[in-house]
Amino acid sequence: MTSINVRVDGMSYSDDVEPRTLLVHYLRETLGKVGTVVGCDTSNCGACTVHLDGESVKSCTVFAVQADGCEVTTIEGVSSSDGTDGALHPVQKAFHEMHGLQCGFCTPGMIMASIDLLKENPSPSETEIREGIEGNLCRCTGYQNIVRAVQQAAGEMSGSPAGADTLGAQA
Amino acid sequence: MTVTEDAATLAPAKEVGQPRRRKEDARLITGRTTWTDNMVLPGMLHLAVVRSPVAHARITGIDVSAAQQAPNVVAVFTGRDLAEEQGSIPCAWPVTPDMVNPGHPSIAVDQVNHVGEAVAIVVGRSKAAATDAVELVDVDYEILPPVLDMEAAVAEGADLVHDQLESNTSYHFVFDAGEAGTGADTEQAFADAEVVVSRRLVQQRLIPAFMEPRSVVVQPQGDNFTMWSATQIPHVLRVMLAMVTGVPEHKLRIIAPDVGGGFGGKLQVNPEEVLALLLARRLGKPVKWTETRSESLMAAHHGRGQVQFIDIASDREGNVKGLRVRLLADMGAYLRLITPGVPALGAFMFPGIYKFPAYRFECDGVFTNKVPTDAYRGAGRPEATFAIERIMDELAVELGMDPLELRRKNWIQAEEFPFTTVAGLEYDSGDYEQATQKALELLGYDELRAEQQRRRESGDPVQLGIGFSTFTEMCGLAPSRVLGSLSYGAGGWESASIRMLPTGKVEVVTGSTPHGQGHETAWSQLVADQLGVPFEDVEVLHGDTAVSPRGMDTYGSRSLVVGGTAVVKAAEKVVAKARKVAAHLLEASEDDLEFADGKFSVRGTPGATVGIQEIALAVFAAHNYPEDVEPSIDAEATFDPVNFSFPHGTHLCAMEVDTDTGMVKIRKYACVDDVGTVVNPLIVEGQVHGGLAQGIAQALYEEAVYDADGNLTTGSFVDYLVPSAADLPHFDTANTVHAAPGNPIGAKGVGEAGCIASTPAVVNAALDAVRHLGVSDILMPLTPERVWRAIHQGGDGGDRATAGTNAYGGAQTESTAGVSTPASSLGGDR
Repeated sequence: MTSINVRVDGMSYSDDVEPRTLLVHYLRETLGKVGTVVGCDTSNCGACTVHLDGESVKSCTVFAVQADGCEVTTIEGVSSSDGTDGALHPVQKAFHEMHGLQCGFCTPGMIMASIDLLKENPSPSETEIREGIEGNLCRCTGYQNIVRAVQQAAGEMSGSPAGADTLGAQA
Repeated sequence: MTVTEDAATLAPAKEVGQPRRRKEDARLITGRTTWTDNMVLPGMLHLAVVRSPVAHARITGIDVSAAQQAPNVVAVFTGRDLAEEQGSIPCAWPVTPDMVNPGHPSIAVDQVNHVGEAVAIVVGRSKAAATDAVELVDVDYEILPPVLDMEAAVAEGADLVHDQLESNTSYHFVFDAGEAGTGADTEQAFADAEVVVSRRLVQQRLIPAFMEPRSVVVQPQGDNFTMWSATQIPHVLRVMLAMVTGVPEHKLRIIAPDVGGGFGGKLQVNPEEVLALLLARRLGKPVKWTETRSESLMAAHHGRGQVQFIDIASDREGNVKGLRVRLLADMGAYLRLITPGVPALGAFMFPGIYKFPAYRFECDGVFTNKVPTDAYRGAGRPEATFAIERIMDELAVELGMDPLELRRKNWIQAEEFPFTTVAGLEYDSGDYEQATQKALELLGYDELRAEQQRRRESGDPVQLGIGFSTFTEMCGLAPSRVLGSLSYGAGGWESASIRMLPTGKVEVVTGSTPHGQGHETAWSQLVADQLGVPFEDVEVLHGDTAVSPRGMDTYGSRSLVVGGTAVVKAAEKVVAKARKVAAHLLEASEDDLEFADGKFSVRGTPGATVGIQEIALAVFAAHNYPEDVEPSIDAEATFDPVNFSFPHGTHLCAMEVDTDTGMVKIRKYACVDDVGTVVNPLIVEGQVHGGLAQGIAQALYEEAVYDADGNLTTGSFVDYLVPSAADLPHFDTANTVHAAPGNPIGAKGVGEAGCIASTPAVVNAALDAVRHLGVSDILMPLTPERVWRAIHQGGDGGDRATAGTNAYGGAQTESTAGVSTPASSLGGDR
């Protein structure tokens, strides 16, 4: 067992973990942060994406011990309070507004990856969004509304009106 | 009047038709979800399954002693330990009276019949402890020859999957329109035909690949059991588990909490669900099993898997005269819930939207040493649509006709609905011409045809093609009597109830169990309109057999059509009951009452009104209500449709094919779907998008590949290519609306449309781009390698080079390590 100190979603934790424990298993099983999920064994699907010191990582490819001394943000920590509508992160809000999710299993990872994408590229083109989130698989949406959601969030976060290809009459 | 006053006096907008944002999203976008794997119970034990690394073998010995002594392992069970109580995984669809079902143990006892079949289970105090000990279970196998290729499996003298059976054929199913009285004699039609085109088409095996891996938790409480499972079908599962395990149905409660996608892949009674229940019973402790992705790809059921021999007859002017289909349908090693029924369901859709005078369908269900097939989005209908839409293009080429003109010449005209097809189905409504015109405009058809011509003439290495798919499907599964006539083991009704709470809030209980479709939102819209209550005042309850006791669950684009209608019918009953109370409270005759916008008012008496939400409180207090009624306005309804519904649409794909590299790229995709009345356009568009992604993925990316030993070489997401955002195009979608006459909503079903329609459009587009180079077929998926070989070496591109996949190069899975034959493990290239 190895001792680690980690801040997760603003709270500090000290735990003894097996060196082989993956960060995602530490989050889910030790901390009960079950908003972050496991979708594959091979780092292909991205469902487990979290931020480690502000950068998106697939938490199934990070050992918990590697997060020692780090700041981890999960889907449960991105909105400013308890998830009431007014407090949602602009990307969360945009996924809701643009119907960027169906079953929602990929959504936590997809949102975390999108937030990181927009940090690096605040006004991405459609192609840049598609390539930017290609490490995250979604089986439900066909991605089109996820792309729209990221575009809308980009507009809101940069303070400009929604530049997204909205749903026409449905918007 | 000012604008403000005007708005205030307007009736509230109808909810149906509004793009309501989903109620479900709040928990899903914040990570406050209830996936089964999130569940932790005191003293819970974890299961890990030891799976067969070989496709076909006798089990000659299992040594579990080392595993039993591993740290934190509680117990290890083999098939022998559970043989007396495990029963057989049920098959609900014996498609012919003499169908052969060898039985399907949840855990192998004497023999394994596919890679990934369970042979032992380790129970540990933690998931890690159980998983670690899997490697310590030592199983001796006496290898038998694997039966993998269907055409070889049905040949004379073939090795047998099940040596107690006489052959590898489970059943021979025939539908003959001449014999059924729905069409002319097919053999005669072909004998008389001026033109006959025949093709052999292949529907590769696909994997549903829902994002949430399967998971099950069972909690024993005395002689009661509660099971949480990532399932599409909690109600069906409850009945089936009771029948299989002998746990009485009333002692069993099934809960499907948040479920992360299914696509038919969770329409199953899974071996692991049976095993978890048996072990929870035996150990008296809560147990959990959650699969890894590799287990999911290897051991959860697959879809498709057909070899299709299709013949079409016509005259020289392109009037079709007959259709003949012979299928080999891959059952895999066993029959699961509806394994044999999937191709039989497709039998009725091969004629598509065309007026064939004669039709004959034959299908052999064939056993192979692979994981069983079963429902996957569309289930039988994508296979049928692919075959008919591909052969229509082949016939057009043969006749030198435009493929759209050929279709137009033969499709059912708008004024001919309702139309009874040669397969005996009554298509309800639609207008194929209207949808097609709209789709052509959406695509920018004329301009792309001109560009195609320019590229042809200039000999551009990147050629352009346009592919059509004008499709229909049967949805709204299903009229119970029809299911009965097809020997299906259950009905197709759906149940709903509405509970009016004292504060006026409304609980809607539905038997249709969602896993991403948005029932909570759409059902709220239906009820808000029916009862005249705010959308926000409606809560939809589902997925728990104790809360929602009756249901047939979600599959086959049935939820809105059947389940939504049950909700509407229940709401009508609530209004009818409330009307009696309203008449009593208003001291008026029921006949003088009008109900609108949630209020009963007395005709001709302004101000005499009472709201339905007030009536809910009145019957709760029950101080003042009519003497001849119960003090409740709650109601339930069960709806059994009398016919299927038939969504249709025109899908167009423009495809660029790089003839130097074989790379294909969708330039533009446009589709116009008619799914009847649209309750929520946002959800409908999302369903179409998702279906398109899966249908396009069949055409371009996905295939479950087995090597010559029966190892699944696409056993991870490294090799099984679920497309990413970068692999898919933008979709241009639109709708036409012809309401379904068979239900009061007018809805036809949308869940499978995109998946059914898109695959042939994509393949037809690729072929249209390179047909002038002598290519007439390319096997799916259209990998660059296959496309390049078809262009430069002729033929259909050939099988995928399995030895070149990553599964061979380095990422050998645990289950295949050490057991492959020298030839396969070397993979040719190593």
